Amino acid sequence: MSSTDLTGHASPAAATTYELTHLQALEAEAIHIIREVAAEFERPVMLFSGGKDSAVMLHLAVKAFAPARLPFPVMHVDTGHNFPEVIDYRDRRIAELGARLVVASVQDAIDAGRVVEETGPRASRNRLQTVPLLEAIEENRFDAVFGGARRDEEKARAKERVFSFRDDFGQWDPKNQRPELWSLYNGRHRKGEHIRVFPISNWTELDIWQYVADEGIELPTIYYAHRRRVFQRDGMWLADTPFVTVGEDEEVEERLVRFRTVGDASCTGAIESSAADLAAIIEETAVTRVTERGATRADDRISEAGMEDRKREGYF
Amino acid sequence: MELLRFATAGSVDDGKSTLIGRLLYDSKAIFEDQLESVERTSRDRGDAHTDLALLTDGLRAEREQGITIDVAYRYFATPRRKFIIADTPGHIQYTRNMVTGASTADLALVLVDARKGVLEQSRRHAFLASLLGIPHLVVCVNKMDLVDWSQERYDEIKAEFRSFAMKLDVHDLTFVPVSALHGDNVVERSANMPWYEGPSLLHQLEEVHIASDRNLIDARFPVQYVIRPQDQTSHELHDYRGYAGQVAGGVFKPGDEVVVLPSGLTSTVASIDTADGRVDEAYAPMSVTIRLADDVDVSRGDMIARVRNRPHVGQDIEAMVCWLTADTSLRSGAKLAVKHTTRWGRTMVKDLQYRLDVNTLHRDEDATELSLNEIGRVQLRTTVPLFFDEYRRNRTTGSFILVDEGTNNTVGAGIILGPTAVA
Repeated sequence: MSSTDLTGHASPAAATTYELTHLQALEAEAIHIIREVAAEFERPVMLFSGGKDSAVMLHLAVKAFAPARLPFPVMHVDTGHNFPEVIDYRDRRIAELGARLVVASVQDAIDAGRVVEETGPRASRNRLQTVPLLEAIEENRFDAVFGGARRDEEKARAKERVFSFRDDFGQWDPKNQRPELWSLYNGRHRKGEHIRVFPISNWTELDIWQYVADEGIELPTIYYAHRRRVFQRDGMWLADTPFVTVGEDEEVEERLVRFRTVGDASCTGAIESSAADLAAIIEETAVTRVTERGATRADDRISEAGMEDRKREGYF
Repeated sequence: MELLRFATAGSVDDGKSTLIGRLLYDSKAIFEDQLESVERTSRDRGDAHTDLALLTDGLRAEREQGITIDVAYRYFATPRRKFIIADTPGHIQYTRNMVTGASTADLALVLVDARKGVLEQSRRHAFLASLLGIPHLVVCVNKMDLVDWSQERYDEIKAEFRSFAMKLDVHDLTFVPVSALHGDNVVERSANMPWYEGPSLLHQLEEVHIASDRNLIDARFPVQYVIRPQDQTSHELHDYRGYAGQVAGGVFKPGDEVVVLPSGLTSTVASIDTADGRVDEAYAPMSVTIRLADDVDVSRGDMIARVRNRPHVGQDIEAMVCWLTADTSLRSGAKLAVKHTTRWGRTMVKDLQYRLDVNTLHRDEDATELSLNEIGRVQLRTTVPLFFDEYRRNRTTGSFILVDEGTNNTVGAGIILGPTAVA
């Protein structure tokens, strides 16, 4: 075993103290949760967006079953508005693991007329993800769906269980959640219902970065500082991509930026940063005074209850 | 850096939200955008002060009604420790929420209003903390500014609380006089109370010794999942058979002589594997994979223990149960599903022996049912044997949940007192 100090550097620990570092304790908890699901459900699936949280979750899942392979497939809900670096990373990672990838496509749902694309310069496909997600769950008869949500990132998520029940319509009812005690998870459900499972509920953004550094987890390059053509909207730097319409009063310029979260390119903002490696990112994360969603997610700025409303509909 | 999980208990007016807000704010765990949003909502509602409770009350109904519905988890860290706060609301479904939040806590923070002294609810908080086996209880005597920083008043409350706590199973009880509003003794020692010689609350949270709270004596390993790569291309992996799980107590080492329950077959630990390689020792709460030297039949729900230190094995159990639902009540004869460690079974309530008044600790032996938020002592008979310890000896092998087989809801939380004595 090794221990971790504040900056995330591993150092040998005395074997006689029988203490775990906070990252070791969080890892042990997450592995326990992932194994419970593999043992108790018939058709689990793990969501994987290519973002840092799902990268950590997938890494934990691989560790949970070593030396055997991952005993469930991986699912990406693809808005079609991706950063190419993230799709490259996704495909490379899936190939390395020899895992099966299920893609639930927002574009397919739009083409088939099952969802209607938003229009206007601020159109986003973020909210549209719920329909293909629920359709893929139904079609594949998935009974447990792992998500990489963390309780510290958003206040509706702070109140969600690790095992979170979804009814026949994939809906979350925040006022009617099952009590969750000790590490005894109740995954019982009827046919057609499913459970969302959040193994990294108790991790913070800083924990994620320290763990990424400790474990040497590869991430998409857009998390590290790079020069990019961006423009300012609502106090965020949005990337100039084919998926957004730059307004007449908005000016595209090249800046040194990185992303703190990875999502639909039309609603995920970059921050100005020169943090080009993990040590610099950890340092920046430790002193930042703005939450990652507040800094970079237009989808959470809709209203105080934006996330709660989307979750009730069946969102991640 | 070590992890400390603590639960907070308090009611609407005792300043709990202010205290938590203060801890989070002073440890820089509240971000500017969160604070701005809370200030905006407070202003829009016409509050006189910024309501820090809005930081944790995230659901629409909570913000509209100004109440806390559910346990909220908050996170902060100092250079010494990382903290997880389970913040439990004071009024609605109090017991259910506090039991939930307290089940995994290393420490409970109980607030007492210095003007009001030890109220019924302070007693209830302390009782629940002791029932849930929380090893450390810190009593914050708050609003000291409103009693002129009086040492006499503080000592009075302390003595009253102590005399009540003597009836409880509390191992470590400490007191801190604070003013959450002004920050006295929260993060920094207060200049207003020079008579208080102890540490600030945050210092206490950073320093309390929790490593020895874990049971390092009784080796318990509930088997979660059997890992069999079934890889035909590699000779070593082809024969690999490992038992994955999270250590629930004691220390396991390669070479240990172990018994597998329920079969009773014995073997020795061949190796303890993790994805990072083999380890020399495994202890709670490590998630590892144990391989045995012999080809014995082991599956999920089994337990690996030391040959000369075994848990109780049985189907007749004495337990305290907290009832968690308003939909039904618990009565003698009720049949429910039970989950204990990694084992599911069914159980029948043989007898409800008494219902406990959590305010007075009075035992009502005439009670015929337990309703939502009520706690009572029951005798259970399970369809499969469970491998268990007394809760006060091991919180993992001593706890269980009860699940309604019709709705699949979690309806009861159980704390094992021991096997039913044979009459």
